[in-house]
Amino acid sequence: MPLIELKNLNKTFKTKTSSVRALNDVSLSVEKGDIFGIIGLSGAGKSTLIRCINLLERPDSGGVIIDGEDIIKLGEKEIRQKRKNIGMIFQHFNLFNSRTIAQNIAYPLRYGGLTDEQIENRVKELLEIVGLESKENGYPSQLSGGQKQRVGIARALAANPQILLCDEATSALDPKTTQSILALLKELNKKLGLTIVIVTHEMSVIKAICNKAAIMENGEVIEQGAIFDIFSVPRRKATKDFIATTSNLHKVYDLLEEDSPALHLSKGETLAYFSYIGRAAVESLISTVSVMFDVRINIIFGDLDLIQGMPMGGLIVIIGGTDANKQKTIDYVGQKGVKVEVLKQYD
Amino acid sequence: MIDLFFNIFPNMAGKGEELLLCTGQTLLMMFISGIISFAIGIVLGITLIVTMKGGILENVVFWTILDKIVNFFRSVPFIIMIALLIPVTRAIVGTAIGTTGAIVPLVFGTAPFFTRQMQAALAEIEKGSIEAAQSMGTSPLGIIFRIYFKESVPQIIRGVTITFISLVGLTAMAGAIGGGGLGDFAIRYGYQRYQTDVTIITVIILVALVTVIQSMGDFIIKKLSH
Repeated sequence: MPLIELKNLNKTFKTKTSSVRALNDVSLSVEKGDIFGIIGLSGAGKSTLIRCINLLERPDSGGVIIDGEDIIKLGEKEIRQKRKNIGMIFQHFNLFNSRTIAQNIAYPLRYGGLTDEQIENRVKELLEIVGLESKENGYPSQLSGGQKQRVGIARALAANPQILLCDEATSALDPKTTQSILALLKELNKKLGLTIVIVTHEMSVIKAICNKAAIMENGEVIEQGAIFDIFSVPRRKATKDFIATTSNLHKVYDLLEEDSPALHLSKGETLAYFSYIGRAAVESLISTVSVMFDVRINIIFGDLDLIQGMPMGGLIVIIGGTDANKQKTIDYVGQKGVKVEVLKQYD
Repeated sequence: MIDLFFNIFPNMAGKGEELLLCTGQTLLMMFISGIISFAIGIVLGITLIVTMKGGILENVVFWTILDKIVNFFRSVPFIIMIALLIPVTRAIVGTAIGTTGAIVPLVFGTAPFFTRQMQAALAEIEKGSIEAAQSMGTSPLGIIFRIYFKESVPQIIRGVTITFISLVGLTAMAGAIGGGGLGDFAIRYGYQRYQTDVTIITVIILVALVTVIQSMGDFIIKKLSH
């Protein structure tokens, strides 16, 4: 049974002059222990969607099933109780500026039947988890962005929730800090078995820590599934565009467009794009085919990456040789699971 | 030294005790009406904030009515308010004159201003803080006390400071209806008997009062801001 199941959610925002369909029949499911990414451009409806999970936003219709229970049907008071099981962090951290770091983290614990001593111990524990032991008596204004988000995470986790929602939680941070926050989230996912839902507009965030993702466009989920499947076989243009932002290889199309000297071919040469997933044997494959079929293979540039621990990469190569041998090369490489796209032939 | 004082302010001779009494009356009027107005202002201020469009207890009809009432009382000039309220004042405190009689119109004149000050103070709370509290399961009442009031203490103090300073002016005006206090003192001697030196002394005391209030406010805000 999925931990979070969103069923046919619809939401329209109306203003005096227009109405915007923020969610259009959106369904998705998140299993316990997932780090689930929701990506889309601004206005795609992703923030509305994540806010439906704790009902900060009420959908016009549909079901929000958490741990088997449709929380839309609950009363206000019961919903508030459920929210204690769903932590949330925000783009602008939303810390309470008049409270110390420790008081911020203790916020969800107050009035919950705990003694002051229990709260103090729990706060210490949380400060340690997020690596801010020395800051407990400081105020949010004294912290850097990354530290503020760490406080946000500690506060969101104080009541021991099963789920953590991250609404553009790294969008206001520099790349290095983003990496450290993502590493922390991944660690929490592993250590505590925390289920995490992340909304972002950066594919690099999804690539770094998610095991599943949904791509949103104009209020609809246009693709969803395991990260590896999405990256290896993207079906929709929006998905391909997002994936392209995480690799250098899409630059080849720009270079072709501007007729770059780097891609000028001599007689008998062919420009091709090799892409492959799940295996790192391409380099040896290149030396193999050059011997087998008497072709010269010149690597112009390439990109290698790990997606969920699996290698994924692409190479832009110039193959030189007779037409027959080049065709044999392409066929052979294709049989070995490498996708080949011929970009340009000498003419 | 004392001789020098009476050389510059000849008409102050023999008025020392009365001046002290009048200063006391001004302070009394200020604090009683100030505290009552603060109570009304903070209740109405938070009510306007939570019931406005997009507020945590949105109720547009209620908000509109309350907003209009506050505006109505804000737009009546204080001196007219005093006259207008005479029957109400009699009904509430039994008399429409003297220091006691001045407190009712002072409350009516100050509470709407206080309400707007509190509303402005509370409006500075970022929507994100409210959302964070909601995401942690805080109830609307919890948000009012734990976020709106707790997080905007410096802004509330600033509003209190501004309102008390404007109250100094209003209490002086209440002197016109025999409310006593420094305004009454200045009108009786300075204005009606052309004893300008008495007026100057009154002004000096009022300026000192305003300065003390402002400095206290600034000091507290500085202590509480992070």
